[in-house]
Amino acid sequence: MNTSAHLKFAKTDEWFDAESGAIGISDYAQNQLSDVVFVEILVEEGDEIAVGKPIASVESVKASTEIYAPASGKVSAVNAALADAPETINSDPYGAAWMIKLEGGAAGDELLDASAYEQYCEGRGH
Amino acid sequence: MADISTALDAIIVEPTVFELSSPGRTGTTMPAADVPAADSLPEHLLRSELPLPELAEVDVVRHFTRLSQFNYSVDEGFYPLGSCTMKYNPKINEDTCRLPGFLFTHPLQPIETVQGNLALMFELQEWLKEISGFAGVTLQPAAGAQGEFSGVLMMAAYHKMRGDTKRVKMLIPDAAHGTNPASVGMLGMQVVTIPSDERGNVNLEALKAACDDTVVGMMLTNPNTLGLFDEHVEEVIRLVKDCGGLMYGDGANLNALLGIVRPGDLGFDVMHFNLHKTFAVPHGGGGPGSGPVGVSERLLDFLPNPLVGIIEEGDEEEDLAPLYGFVTPKHSIGRMKAFHGHFGGGLVRAYTYIAMHGPDGLKDIAQHAVLNANYLQAKLRGTYRIPFDRICMHEFVAEGRFEGSDVRALDISKRLIDYKFHPPTNYFPLIVPEALMIEPTETENKDTLDRFVEAMLKIAEEAQSDPELLKSAPHTTRFGRMDEVKAARELILCCWLPENYESLT
Repeated sequence: MNTSAHLKFAKTDEWFDAESGAIGISDYAQNQLSDVVFVEILVEEGDEIAVGKPIASVESVKASTEIYAPASGKVSAVNAALADAPETINSDPYGAAWMIKLEGGAAGDELLDASAYEQYCEGRGH
Repeated sequence: MADISTALDAIIVEPTVFELSSPGRTGTTMPAADVPAADSLPEHLLRSELPLPELAEVDVVRHFTRLSQFNYSVDEGFYPLGSCTMKYNPKINEDTCRLPGFLFTHPLQPIETVQGNLALMFELQEWLKEISGFAGVTLQPAAGAQGEFSGVLMMAAYHKMRGDTKRVKMLIPDAAHGTNPASVGMLGMQVVTIPSDERGNVNLEALKAACDDTVVGMMLTNPNTLGLFDEHVEEVIRLVKDCGGLMYGDGANLNALLGIVRPGDLGFDVMHFNLHKTFAVPHGGGGPGSGPVGVSERLLDFLPNPLVGIIEEGDEEEDLAPLYGFVTPKHSIGRMKAFHGHFGGGLVRAYTYIAMHGPDGLKDIAQHAVLNANYLQAKLRGTYRIPFDRICMHEFVAEGRFEGSDVRALDISKRLIDYKFHPPTNYFPLIVPEALMIEPTETENKDTLDRFVEAMLKIAEEAQSDPELLKSAPHTTRFGRMDEVKAARELILCCWLPENYESLT
């Protein structure tokens, strides 16, 4: 399992980059989902979002799942390219597969740092 | 060799009916008209270029018979698909639903001419009430999901009628069917997910924390999708009711309870039945389904309109049957479906099934369904990890993965096809990694169950000795491993278009 040291993680497997304001899902999550076949971003530029709000819906050949905001703030960008290339979530979860960016994003209180998230995932028995 | 395999490809690939079509072929013979010809339809409503296939009867029969032979069905072999109760449907159901008195009636006929149909519907309502412990039943909903939607509509109407308008939250366990949150979403309510505890029950602490005066109610499947009867179901219901919520029961797993536990007695306010699961109405492509809904006293007035009722009492001494007709509940949520539900396909078959079994027979169904599932669980335990390992009800969930192997549930399932078994449900419920959800149903004898166990144990060995065999399975079918990613990403369902397609658009 890969993590990225500068990211914070939610227990629901989203990551938040405090520097760029970007949000995506973890390598662990994409691995659990397997091949992602559909992504729909549920928020638009300019929306104010709160921690825990559903921001995207992701479907794989195994399951469909909602992605919840790990941080609050104003949506400053939406990754429109994901809809046409959902497989990016499998190949580059921490890079090209960012979903939205927040302006003045504030991380949720319960986010874990990379090593704590790794430990958390190992304890999930998966 | 290349020529032989090309020739084989040509044999196993079945053309579409469009490809089999040739202009001028026909499969029907019309009798001479015995009424005067009507005026022609207006010119602008006529089309000449519609590319309908033209085939002789024998071509159609052979085409669909061949396709049916590519398939696997419950009439052919064991079908342990969990959470769906894919039970064998007794053939007597096919006889009764084709009786001319049922088959050649129309839902708009005057009620005096269809008293038999109405009597059957009335009695089926009564039987479902008796089986489930509810005060009223509607037969209208087309299938389970519409039954859920009807139920949630009634819950919303109940709160609204009382002026209790701040209730917007529906509590749904993480083991629930996906249709539950979908039904709730259709009404714009908010879903609050309640986690399961380590024994697979609803987590009572999480439930307590979520219960407040904004709760519409809770949707609980019991036994749940882990195949487990919630050990605290009465406490769960009490907590929901104490905060003013209503209790919804997802009846998908009613097969495990028939004649043993009545959801209405447990305190549920509303529940949908899946006649196409529990009561042997064909399922899936063999449908349509049928999703009646039962309600407790306090939701009685909100049932969909109309219900079948007695509008004129009969007289037993005079041997006079009652007059059946339609009645309207006082605060009905309205009509859920044109006409009266799936009458011939669903209701007549379910009526037949219940009548054939009787009360003792229904109880026997539940007991054998539970016994069969526990037998399989006991035989597979040890080889396959069972994360919530206790006495199960009609189904159980195992993990389709092994220590030190990258074989996954999907590979096990595909390999099962080579052993001539339909795979169990994969990857559901979501709370079990690599889930294999196995529901044998009551009709399977010990020989069949033993053969299935043997195949599952053999596959577990193969996963260690020859994992590639599983990853490339199935090997014995007309078509091998399908590309599921491609199928989900490239949604092009038609491989054929008429040659002059471009000029038609």
